[in-house]
Amino acid sequence: MAAEVMLMNEVESKAAQLGIDLSVDLNSIQLPPGENFGIVSDDEDVYLDDQLEFDSGFGNVIVVDNLPVVPREKFEKLEGVIRKIYSQIGVIKDDGLWMPTDPETKKTLGYCFIEYNTPQEAELAKEKTNGYKLDRSHIFAVNMFDDFDKYMRVPDEWAPPEIKPYTPGENLQKWLTDEKARDQFVIRAGTDTEVLWNDARQSKTELVYKRTYWTESFVQWSPLGTYLATVHRQGAAVWGGATTFNRLMRYAHPQVKLIDFSPGEKFLVTYSSHEPSNPRDANRVVINIFDVRTGKVMRDFKGSADEFSVGAGGVAGVSWPVFRWGGGKADKYFAKLGKNMISVYETDTFSLIDKKSLKVENVVDFSWSPTDPILALFVPELGGGNQPARVSLVQIPSKTELRQKNLFSVSDCKMYWQSNGDYLAVKADRYTKTKKSTYTGFELFRIKERDIPIEVLELDNKSDKIIAFAWEPKGHRFAVIHGDNPRPDISFYSMRTAHNTGRVSKLSTLKGKQANALFWSPGGRFIVLAGLKGFNGQLEFFSVDELETMATAEHFMATEIEWDPTGRFVATAVTSVHEMENGFNIWSFNGKLLYRILKDHFFQFLWRPRPPSFLTPEKEEEIARNLKKYSKKYEAEDQDVSMLLSEQDREKRRKLKEEWEKWVSEWKQTHEEENSERQKLRDGEASDEEEEYEAKEIEVEELLDVSEEVLPFED
Amino acid sequence: MRPILMKGHERPLTFLKYNRDGDLLFSCAKDHTPTVWFADNGERLGTYRGHNGAVWCCDVSRDSVRLITGSADQTVKLWNVKTGAQLYTFNFGSPARSVDFSVGDKLAVITTDPFMELTSAIHVKRIARDPTEQTEESVLVIKGPQGRINRAVWGPLNRTIISAGEDAVIRIWDSETGKLLMESDKDSGHKKTITSLSKSADGSHFLTGSLDKSAQLWDARTLTRIKTYVTERPVNAVAMSPLLDHVVLGGGQDASAVTTTDHRAGKFEAKFYDKILQEEIGGVKGHFGPLNALAFNPDGKSFSSGGEDGYVRLHHFDPDYFNIKI
Repeated sequence: MAAEVMLMNEVESKAAQLGIDLSVDLNSIQLPPGENFGIVSDDEDVYLDDQLEFDSGFGNVIVVDNLPVVPREKFEKLEGVIRKIYSQIGVIKDDGLWMPTDPETKKTLGYCFIEYNTPQEAELAKEKTNGYKLDRSHIFAVNMFDDFDKYMRVPDEWAPPEIKPYTPGENLQKWLTDEKARDQFVIRAGTDTEVLWNDARQSKTELVYKRTYWTESFVQWSPLGTYLATVHRQGAAVWGGATTFNRLMRYAHPQVKLIDFSPGEKFLVTYSSHEPSNPRDANRVVINIFDVRTGKVMRDFKGSADEFSVGAGGVAGVSWPVFRWGGGKADKYFAKLGKNMISVYETDTFSLIDKKSLKVENVVDFSWSPTDPILALFVPELGGGNQPARVSLVQIPSKTELRQKNLFSVSDCKMYWQSNGDYLAVKADRYTKTKKSTYTGFELFRIKERDIPIEVLELDNKSDKIIAFAWEPKGHRFAVIHGDNPRPDISFYSMRTAHNTGRVSKLSTLKGKQANALFWSPGGRFIVLAGLKGFNGQLEFFSVDELETMATAEHFMATEIEWDPTGRFVATAVTSVHEMENGFNIWSFNGKLLYRILKDHFFQFLWRPRPPSFLTPEKEEEIARNLKKYSKKYEAEDQDVSMLLSEQDREKRRKLKEEWEKWVSEWKQTHEEENSERQKLRDGEASDEEEEYEAKEIEVEELLDVSEEVLPFED
Repeated sequence: MRPILMKGHERPLTFLKYNRDGDLLFSCAKDHTPTVWFADNGERLGTYRGHNGAVWCCDVSRDSVRLITGSADQTVKLWNVKTGAQLYTFNFGSPARSVDFSVGDKLAVITTDPFMELTSAIHVKRIARDPTEQTEESVLVIKGPQGRINRAVWGPLNRTIISAGEDAVIRIWDSETGKLLMESDKDSGHKKTITSLSKSADGSHFLTGSLDKSAQLWDARTLTRIKTYVTERPVNAVAMSPLLDHVVLGGGQDASAVTTTDHRAGKFEAKFYDKILQEEIGGVKGHFGPLNALAFNPDGKSFSSGGEDGYVRLHHFDPDYFNIKI
C-alpha cells in the first residue's frame, strides 16, 4: 500500500532523474480519441463534437472562391492583391497562400487556399471578406476549409424531418409547492455547489442537490427561479427539474465569461472576450443571445471591445450587462448604449426597431423602467455649461419623448427606478457656484401620473454626500444614507403620505448610524441598514412602518446580504474575499439569528427567486387584513415542530449521557483495580486521588489576657 | 470573573502546568526562563534561570520538589522547585519538545524534534531520587513517526506512552519494549497537526487539539475516539476540567497572520464546551494573540491561559459557572 502512494516530491525527484519535464500545461493535453482514462465527462457529447473539428487540423485554412480566372502572366499580380487583402486580417503562414492552376491552360481556377496561424484569424477573415467585392463580377465567397466536408455531406434528397413524439416535461416549478413553504438557495464553496432548503423552523438546511465541479466559474438563477445556470469553458447550461437538477439545455459559447437572463427568462445573453492576434488591437467581443428553451442562437454580435464599452465602462472594459432588457417580463425589447445613440432591438425579429438606432448626441447612460417600455436616458452637460445636461423619458417603440428635464451645472447623474415603475429618482451631483465641490439633489418623476410631474428634493443639509439610495420595493418610500463618514445619517421619505398625497415628505432621520448599504425587504416595510467593509458587518433591522429598530446585530466581516424572495429571512455571508470566517448566517426578518454555517472557500450565496404572485392586489390586501386568521394555522404548525424538536433533543441528550456514564463507570472500575499497582509505583505511598484531602476549618481561640476592672455604677 | 493578568514573560507563552496541590503554577515561554507563580493571586514566586532557548514544556513531580523543563537549546533540565537550583542537564542533539513525569516520578518521557540529519525521537530517562546519582543514558529510545512529536505522555500504570504530533496520528507505544501497540486511524482521526494533548486527572482518557479546528477525546487504553469538539479556529491548547464535564479549547489563527487581522476576527478566546454533549457553552476573551497554553487548577475552580501576547491570564470562576445548565 505504502509503495503505491508515492509522495509528490518523490515523483518529482524521480522525474528529475529521468529527465522528464513535469511542468505540464494541462490544457495542452489531448487525450487520444475514444480514451478517457476512466474519467467520465458529463459533457461527453460536446466533447466529442469539439474533437471532430480539431481532428482534421485545417481549422486555420479558408477557401476563397469567385476569384478572377487569370492567365499565367497575371498570376503574380493577382496573388499580390489577395495577399494584400488577407494579410491585413492576420498572419498568413509561410507558403500559406496557394492558388491552384489548370495544368494544361496554366490559368488559375478561380479559387485559392489561405492558411493562417490560428483558427481565430481564419474565422475573422471569413467573416470580414465573405461577400467582398473585388469588382462587379467578382464577389468573394469565403468558407472555412473544414466546412466543405459538412456541406458535401448534405444529402441530395430532401427527407421530411422526423417528428419526435411529445414527452411532457417535468414541472420546473415544483419547488414552489413545498408543503412547508420553504425557500431554496444555492451555495458554492470549494469545488462543491449545493442547492439547499432553508428550513428555518428547525434552524438548519436540508440538501436538495449537491454536485462537485458543477460549474467552472459561477452559477446563477434565472430571474423567475426556474433554472439554475452554470458556466463552463465550452458554454453555459441550465438545470432544473421537479425534484432534482437535470440538465435542460446547453448553450455553446467557447470561453464564455458572463451571462445574463432576460427578466422573463425567455432569453439568455452570453458574453466572451478574446485576446486579439495583434496586441495593439482591442479585445474581440462575442455576444450571443439564445432562446432559453430551444437553445437556438437568436442573434449574435461580434466586434471589438471598444464598440461595446461606450459610456460608463471606459477603458476598463464593457459594463455588464451590455444589453439591458426592457418592457418588463414580456422580454420584448433590449437595448445597448452606443456612441451618440441607443440601439433598441425587439425580440420578434431580433432587429433594430424601425431599422435604426435612437440617435441621442453624447448620451452616456440609460435605464429601462422595470415594468413598462420606457427608457430614461442621461446626456451630460456640453460646451462648458452652454448646453445643459438632460434627462429624458422615451417611449418605445414609438420613440416619442414623454418628458424631459434640463439640469444645470450637473457633474454626474444616477437613475433609480422604483420596482413597479411608478417612480424614477434621478440623483444629480451639482457643482457649487465656485465649482470646487459638489452637492447632491434628487429629481423625482411620478411616471404613472398625468404629464409626469417632477419634484425636486434637496437634503436638509445640502453638503451631505449620498452614500446609498434605495426605493422600497412595490412601495412609495425610499431610504437615503447621507453624510460624511464615519457615522452617516439615514433618512426615510415617502412619495405619498396620508395628508400630503402629491408631495414627497420626510418621515424620519436616524442620526449617526454605522451603515453604508441599504437592503429593503422584497415585500417592503422592513429594511436592513448594513455597515459592510469598513464597518465590519454591522446590521440593523429596521421597521419603516413603525420607524423603530427591531434588532441590531453583527455578522463580522460580512460581504453579502440578501433577503429571501418572500421577505421572511435575511442571509448574510462572508465570501472568500476574506480568508477567514467564510460561511453564512440566516436571520429572521426581525433580526434574530436562526442559524450559522461555516464553509471554507465560500464563493456564492443566492436565494432562488420566485415568480411574481398570481394573487390580485385586492386578494393580497384581503390577506393582509385578515392575517390573524391565516397565521393561526402556521403558528400551530410551528408549535408542533418545536415540540417535536425538543423531544428529539432530549432523547439525544439522554443517550449521550448514558453512553458517557458507561465510559466513566468503566474507567472508575479499572482505576480501582489498578490502585495497588499504582501504589507500588509510588513506593507505597497510599495517596491516590481517592484520599481527597479535605479542607477543615479549625477555629483556634487563644486566651491572651484576663483583667478585671471595676466600673463605677452611676445612677 | 475578573482575570488576574500575569506579566513576566517577554515572549509568547508555550506551556502551563499546575502542581498537584494546585497552589503553584509553572509557566514556560519562548523567553528562556520558566517561571513559577502563586496560583491563587498570581504573584510571581521565582524563575528558573539557565536555559538558552525557548522552553517548550515542563512537568512537576507529585511532591512538588522537582521540575523538569524541555527547551529548544537542546537540553532538558531538572530543577529544585524551592531553590531554583539546576540539578541536572540532559543533552540532546535537537530541541526537546515535551517532557512528562511517570506515575511515581521515577521515569520521564522526553520528545526531541527532527533537526539536521536527526529524526524526531521519544526518549525515556530514569530520574534518580538523589540528583547526584542522575545519569545521562536513556532507558528506551523510540523512533518512527514522521515530523515533530508535539506531545508524549505516560499511559495508565506507565505501561504505555501516548504520542501525537505533526503527522496527525496518535500512537500508543509499549513503554518497556518500544513496540507500537496502537495508532489512530488517519481517516477518522485528526486531519492536521496535533498541537496539544492533555490527560484526565485519573489518566483514563485524554483530549487532543489539532490545527484541523477540532479537539477529540480518546480512551487511553483502547484508543477509542469518544467525542469530537468542532470549533472555528485551529486549536493550539486543550484542557479538561477535573471538576465538571467541561473541556476548554484555545487557539486562533497562525501567529504569522495575527498582525493582519482584527482582534475580533482572530477569535483569541478560550472556548468552553460541554464534554458530553459536545456543545459550546461559552468563551473567555482577553488575549491579543492566539492562545498557546491552557491549564486547569486541580481543584477545578480556576484555570489559566497563556497567549502569544506573552501574558498569562488567571481566571477564578464565578459561582455562576458551577451552575451552568445547557
